[in-house]
Amino acid sequence: MNRKRPRSPLGRALGLGSAKDGIQQWWLERVTALALVPLTIWFAASLVAHIGSDYVIFIAWLRTPIVTILMVLLLTALFYHTALGLQVVIEDYVHSGMKIPTLIGIRFGCFALAVAGIFATLRVAFGG
Amino acid sequence: MIIRSSDQVPRVTALKRFPVPRNFGVSPESRIEKGKTWSAPSGAARAKSFEIYRYDPDSGDNPRLDTFEVDLDDCGPMVLDALFWIKNKVDSTLTFRRSCREGICGSCAMNMDGTNWLACTRFISDLGMPATIYPLANMRVIKDLVPDLTHVFAQYAMIEPWLQSKTPDPDAERLQSREQRSRLDGYYECILCFCCTSGCPSHWWNGDRFLGPAVLLQAWRWLAESRDDATGDRLDILEDPFRLYRCHTILNCTRTCPKGLNPGKAIAEIKKQMIERQS
Repeated sequence: MNRKRPRSPLGRALGLGSAKDGIQQWWLERVTALALVPLTIWFAASLVAHIGSDYVIFIAWLRTPIVTILMVLLLTALFYHTALGLQVVIEDYVHSGMKIPTLIGIRFGCFALAVAGIFATLRVAFGG
Repeated sequence: MIIRSSDQVPRVTALKRFPVPRNFGVSPESRIEKGKTWSAPSGAARAKSFEIYRYDPDSGDNPRLDTFEVDLDDCGPMVLDALFWIKNKVDSTLTFRRSCREGICGSCAMNMDGTNWLACTRFISDLGMPATIYPLANMRVIKDLVPDLTHVFAQYAMIEPWLQSKTPDPDAERLQSREQRSRLDGYYECILCFCCTSGCPSHWWNGDRFLGPAVLLQAWRWLAESRDDATGDRLDILEDPFRLYRCHTILNCTRTCPKGLNPGKAIAEIKKQMIERQS
């Protein structure tokens, strides 16, 4: 807050006005969190169940349609949730000119990771 | 455990202050130096030390921490009594706000032993030895224990905290049923002492835009008001990633409210109403 700027206290508090936004981000963060509860439990339980399995058995498991679908859902929800969560962290703590570049970087990174994960899953599912 | 009221909080805490070096990350002109020590009057059987934050803008000196030894046998039971004792008998330059001395005006909010509370409703016996007394955190200090509340009151003005009716004024009072009135319980009691806003980490980092728990509790008080017709306009003012959604349910507000209110619940109710009008 720049106290030297000749603005009334109310003017400073009003700032740029309401963004009429924020609810979608907040709500989707909670919805993805809700989706991640069963998906993460399923994923962790599956990994534990595959302790000792060899490569062929694991690939065969990943190729079953239901597992492929759940894996794509997990990757989507996970990276969507990560992007929303990291955005909040950056908005909270970064107050420099690095804020916008970092937000863009987070979006790019999470989207790229999600695409890479989904591509790999589909490749295993449909690939030769 | 979800905290619902400051009554639930144990009075004993493991750490009196967060384990970082004193003056950590504080700009040079705000670093707190060691101040004077005023010993108890001779013959005082029960003396208690108070370390009190002092800052005089006219002197040009850094803030300092003065130690006062208070004769408890000559002083009332509350922290505000001790401050009066010091001001009357030791150092008349000690500056603090006070008015009602019974927890209804909200003037004497300050940080005692690391917790924001009203000096008039905090027993001296609840505080450790020495007791530490600072002004509310995250506010510019005007002098000693007097914080500058200009910005938080501007934020309060922003939510238009008055009844807004879009219907012609009735000839008599605007009536409210007992049930409608009861929706304001737990919210109308707020005295705007800003203990909660001062204790809110989200307000520390983004206080220029985030409204803070006190103002958001007041916003809900007007959203819950059956006689008010401006609910939509009020939600429009609040619908912002910073003004409302910087609240991450840390609940320091509820933990510190000297009136036992729950600003965290008020903010949750606002978020629920936001969802209600969207879906």
